Amino acid sequence: MEDAGFIIGGYVLTFATVSFMAWRVLRAGKRLGKQVPDADKYWL
Amino acid sequence: MTTTDPTFTGDQAAPGGNRTDERAGTGTRGTRIIGIATIVAMGWLVAFGLGFSPEDRDQRESVRLLYVHVPTIWIAYLAFTVTAVASGLYFFGKKKSLGWDRLAGASAEVGTAFVAVTLVIGAMWGRLTWGVFWQWDARLTTTALLFVTYIGYLAVRRLGGTHEQRARRSAVIGMLAVLEIPLVHWSVRLWRSLHQEATVLGTDGDVSMDGLMLFSLFVGVVAFSLLYVWLVLHRTRVMAMEDLLEDRGLDDAVAARRAEAAASTSGAAPAAPTQSAAHQEGTV
Repeated sequence: MEDAGFIIGGYVLTFATVSFMAWRVLRAGKRLGKQVPDADKYWL
Repeated sequence: MTTTDPTFTGDQAAPGGNRTDERAGTGTRGTRIIGIATIVAMGWLVAFGLGFSPEDRDQRESVRLLYVHVPTIWIAYLAFTVTAVASGLYFFGKKKSLGWDRLAGASAEVGTAFVAVTLVIGAMWGRLTWGVFWQWDARLTTTALLFVTYIGYLAVRRLGGTHEQRARRSAVIGMLAVLEIPLVHWSVRLWRSLHQEATVLGTDGDVSMDGLMLFSLFVGVVAFSLLYVWLVLHRTRVMAMEDLLEDRGLDDAVAARRAEAAASTSGAAPAAPTQSAAHQEGTV
């Protein structure tokens, strides 16, 4: 594949960014979820 | 257990028991299904984007960046539109539900991240096709302006004040900022631009892409749409808990201040620390 570095690098960068966002939001959810009673979690 | 229980730490079981670690987070059965579907769709995107789709006649292999570049900006447009609509529903709605404000904020966060991805991937694609990472071209400049605008929107959300103040001022910006999207989208036609015109639908309405390329692009749109929904659902729930804990902290501080004031007026205030004791405490 021509220019594989840029192309694969672009995909890797994209997936690294979205994975970081997903990890961050899940971690925040777990941390805050321990401090909030289930009765206040409208999604449960 | 009620919302006013200040002693809740999460370690004890909820009434009726059966509290599990799973319930501590923001996940539900629905988000788990969307999450799995997102991972599968992303796998398909890699397979089609990097493997099965053919190379382009003019752009050769670099066209593979299109399957990430275009879906991310389309979903960012969608995210900012959701932000504007939710902002409008908060601002003009009778109930002034903060749920709309949180949806607007979560959607803007995800949209801003997607625009950042678009800009970076676009710069890499530009390096391969134009020979430079960046040009002060109309499309690139307006997209960068869109990104900066929503960074500003997110900064305004973090200013102090009550949740209602935050919601009101960010709603105004959310409704105004969305007006930039048509400018970004039509910039390639309004001004002479280095950037190519619409890839999928031309002005005549005909689809001008190879079938497998179009399918790969479709897979990309589905994958990033699912990711958007998943991220926004989780983020709005996190924001709801942040608001709740902030309110509770404020309530606790007000209650403590009132108790202190009541104790001092009744003359039964606990002995204040002596100056030397206070000094010692301060130096520890």
